Amino acid sequence: MRDPLGRAPAVLLVPAALATALLVVPLAAMVAATTWSGLPAQLRSEPLREALWLSLTTATAAALICLVLGLPLAWVLARIDFPGRSVVRALVSVPLVLPPVVAGVALRTAFGRRGLLGEPILELTGFSFPFTTWGVVLSHVFVALPFVVISVEGAFRAAGREYDAAAATLGAGRWTAFRRVSVPLALPGIVAGLVLGWARALGEFGATITFNGNYPGTTQVMPNLIYVTRQSDQDAALALSLVMLLVSVAVLLLLRDRWLGTP
Amino acid sequence: MDLRVPGRVEAAFEVARGEVLAVIGPNGAGKSSLVQALAGLVPAEGTALLDGRDLLALPAKDRHVGLVFQQQLLFPHLSALANVAFGPRARGTGRAEAERVAADWLERFGLGDLGHRRPGQLSGGQAQRVAIARALATDPWLLLLDEPLTGLDVKVAMALRIELGRHLAAYDGATLLVTHHAIDALTIADRVLVLDGGQVAQVGTPAEVSQRPRTEHVARLVGLNVVREAETLVAFPPEVVAVSLAPPEGSPRLRWEGQVADVSPHGDAVRLLVHTTGGPDLIADVTPGAATELGLAPGRAVWLSAKETAVRRYESHPDDWGTVSP
Repeated sequence: MRDPLGRAPAVLLVPAALATALLVVPLAAMVAATTWSGLPAQLRSEPLREALWLSLTTATAAALICLVLGLPLAWVLARIDFPGRSVVRALVSVPLVLPPVVAGVALRTAFGRRGLLGEPILELTGFSFPFTTWGVVLSHVFVALPFVVISVEGAFRAAGREYDAAAATLGAGRWTAFRRVSVPLALPGIVAGLVLGWARALGEFGATITFNGNYPGTTQVMPNLIYVTRQSDQDAALALSLVMLLVSVAVLLLLRDRWLGTP
Repeated sequence: MDLRVPGRVEAAFEVARGEVLAVIGPNGAGKSSLVQALAGLVPAEGTALLDGRDLLALPAKDRHVGLVFQQQLLFPHLSALANVAFGPRARGTGRAEAERVAADWLERFGLGDLGHRRPGQLSGGQAQRVAIARALATDPWLLLLDEPLTGLDVKVAMALRIELGRHLAAYDGATLLVTHHAIDALTIADRVLVLDGGQVAQVGTPAEVSQRPRTEHVARLVGLNVVREAETLVAFPPEVVAVSLAPPEGSPRLRWEGQVADVSPHGDAVRLLVHTTGGPDLIADVTPGAATELGLAPGRAVWLSAKETAVRRYESHPDDWGTVSP
């Protein structure tokens, strides 16, 4: 169908095509370069299964923790007017732009065996986060939580304070209004935020390896495995990367129609 | 009730159980602020006593005030039935009982078979009925209706107005009906409170307020001209205003020179809005023939006059609000 306003100008069309190519070509090249015959054997390898399972479980655990902690924080930022709200929002957003390695160093400083919180925790419970699976979850939460909070806050804002007002006139306290009105109305945004956070956790490499090292079965998640494999066996690294690509695309497709809205 | 929302409205008035008090006034007069203050949605000072309880001392959720919003604000993710059941459930009624109450209210509003629909699947009139049912289903001590008929098309609004009058007659609490339609105030209300610039300008029965309006806004709403002469107000309908191009003969006391600002059809007549020189804006009805003959388009200079026998004069500030000698 011809657009009555005229065709798209080349000055916009060419960069748009370039941008698409830039994003698609590397992924396509990876698919093309994969030795398909060797793939089944790669998929059965113990390190891959361990790392994939660890990645999926820690990312999911991180997403759930982000839900439990992030939903209330997003609600407070969206609904409660308190001094310093914009400061809190800015601080919460910092990990979004922080280099992941720096996040790992920061986590080490706070939760390491001699860290600000790590030392008292170790003394009280004998437990220490670094180099454990919980350490992996902690670093996932640290990098994913800002995504969840910022996008869920947006969803709460869009869901509108006026519905809370309507609920209040009907006798609902804020907790009831939160459960029965705000959350259901913001649900698509909440799910989208969680998927973003989950994907961010699944791909996290820098913070995790800095904070937890790279121990197979305990802290070796998929990105770590791909990185170390690549140093010895290019083909195996390709196969592993393909698995990650498939998992990511599958999640995107599964959730797209239902929650993320089709463009 | 005696309350202030700083910077918005300051009003002292009474409203009895079973009574419908219409609140009218121009935009920005403080009507919505008054309603929101009573519902507890904006901070207010003062007292609002209802059967000995001060509403203003309670948080919004404990005020038992039913509020019907201008934008309805039905919960879009809940069915009509669940919307109406929301109030009873929030106050601790069990789910089954709350839904029975809700179904009963929907039935009373003629929506018995639409309970399963989401608000987005209802027409404007149906949605507004659900909103009113939702407010009434909480058994409110005080019912606040914030322009409930605004935004509906004329026919739907008329039908709902009659229906609303019936429901309000059956409701035993006090009702505040905010409106900017004179017809709402005249058909549904027992008394009318006129707000102007955040202050109470007049309180009286619909008949008193419409026959002896004290603000230009209300005069216009009921289709009258009101002119202030010292301590006296002069009211007269647009059909008694004579329009001429030359100064009227016999030099009547009530005459004004001015310019036509607007021309619009009004029933069988043509209604002129005239900006008078140094005086008030006046409306005048003329026949279509006369309008054409005199060339009464906007910008035309005209003279207006009214016979002394066709106007009503009354005090602008009687001591006793609401009672006017016949």
